[in-house]
Amino acid sequence: MMTIAELQNEIIDEFSMFEDWEERYQYMIDLGKTLPLIDEIYKTDDHIIKGCQSKVWVHAEMENDKVNFTADSDAIITKGIIAILIRVFSGQHPKDIIDADTDFIDKISLKEHLSPTRANGLVSMIKQLKMYAIAYQTQLN
Amino acid sequence: MIFDVKSIREDFPILYRKVNGKPLVYLDNAATSQTPQQVIDVIVDYYSKYNANIHRGVHTLSQEATDAYENARRTIQSHFNAKHPHEIIFTSGTTHSINMIANGFASLLKKGDEIIVSALEHHSNIVPWQMLCEKTGATLKVIPMNSEGELIISEYDMLLNENTKLVFVNHISNALGTINPIENIITKAHDVGAAVLIDGAQACPHLKPDVQKLNVDFYVCSAHKICGPTGIGMLYGKEEWLQKLPPYQGGGEMIAEVSFDKTTYADLPHKFEAGTPNVCGGIAFGAAIDYMNTIGFETIAQYEGELLEYATTELLYIDGLKIYGTSANKTSVISFNVGNIHPYDLGTLLDKMGIAVRTGHHCAQPIMDFYKIPGTVRASFMFYNTKEEIDLFISALKKSIMMLS
Repeated sequence: MMTIAELQNEIIDEFSMFEDWEERYQYMIDLGKTLPLIDEIYKTDDHIIKGCQSKVWVHAEMENDKVNFTADSDAIITKGIIAILIRVFSGQHPKDIIDADTDFIDKISLKEHLSPTRANGLVSMIKQLKMYAIAYQTQLN
Repeated sequence: MIFDVKSIREDFPILYRKVNGKPLVYLDNAATSQTPQQVIDVIVDYYSKYNANIHRGVHTLSQEATDAYENARRTIQSHFNAKHPHEIIFTSGTTHSINMIANGFASLLKKGDEIIVSALEHHSNIVPWQMLCEKTGATLKVIPMNSEGELIISEYDMLLNENTKLVFVNHISNALGTINPIENIITKAHDVGAAVLIDGAQACPHLKPDVQKLNVDFYVCSAHKICGPTGIGMLYGKEEWLQKLPPYQGGGEMIAEVSFDKTTYADLPHKFEAGTPNVCGGIAFGAAIDYMNTIGFETIAQYEGELLEYATTELLYIDGLKIYGTSANKTSVISFNVGNIHPYDLGTLLDKMGIAVRTGHHCAQPIMDFYKIPGTVRASFMFYNTKEEIDLFISALKKSIMMLS
């Protein structure tokens, strides 16, 4: 299993091959389409992360001290962003998720999605993933 | 005056900037309009030459600032054809104006009274009345809309009765662009003795309301939708109503005499303008109204009508595109979705191509619930937009759809 930092670097490498926004966004849209979907039973209001414009559902489970995330959104670009986050954080130890920094978002030119005015919930998404990790970490302690 | 959009555009420096390397196509005018150089100059002039606190100082700067501020009030009075300048209250904007009225009515309403709002309202038009109803025990009734996005007046007729104390409707819907039949709504409300407040935020950029002819009790709007700065707006109220309502905030400016036993309130409009106002904003608001009148509202309406028709026709060629708000009586706002594509996805890709539109529920969730959609993409046009810009918008939209399908 690659570490969070290794996965982030791998994603940065992939994105560095794109020449313009179009390729970058097309890639995210395609990622969005392949996102492993959340089980329908978890697509309820208590699994929702409320961004202003698109809905995001996240579910987490711990297995062998690793946290697995599944998610979905009603907007495809948002799904692409989630797919990237899940690739980085899913299957990792809760402590590593808690400690991870998210600078790689800047490096793949997705910083605009971090702005609160974008209101797509990227900030809340990261926060939510970390919250799950914190909850599971307390179970391990 | 001959309307030449090219020379009009030269008044707006922001229209020449680039976004993401592409020329800006600004189609989010219903959220905020852009500011012409003539208004920017007034702002610069104010801070460069006569910035001062008003109504108090005996010195020259204060006199000049007071004169300019009160002149702006008279410009606004004459634009809306109010009977008196003191019927124009400067506020921080439409939301502030509405809250002032809601607050004022808190002392006039009792349990059993009814307030009517419309299904087309912006959140800022719903929440203050809900709060008011909670406070007073009054009930909130809603005029429903049909699938064209028009209010159903026969339903309104049935809501009206002797308990109706206040009717609150927007002149034009921000989410759909529908022009509401406010003359009819006002007359019928007055027949049962109710007061009427009209939210003109979306109407003032496109038409020139005459408050006396409308016989409306309160009319509110924001300067930033009509080429003025943010943070300033107005409340028009009939003199007798403004006398009747208690002041909104305590502070300087709004008092006549203060002692620890009793304070007497200042005359209108100062009773409602506590503290140091947005002097520069007020003056620039006046300048914005002057600017719009130089172009002329008939000219504006005619040109924007052409833009609306052109954009509507072109958009409807796109497969799967559905327009929400299809009243024959609407302004240059087009709210739409394409197939099952989320509006947020379209808005994000359009921005990458320099096109500014609004996406989301437009602070009008009840309307989105009516259509059972999460939101829409909304393109809204002003007199400085062009058919060429609409072409750029349409081709960017087609490209976005292709990327997302």
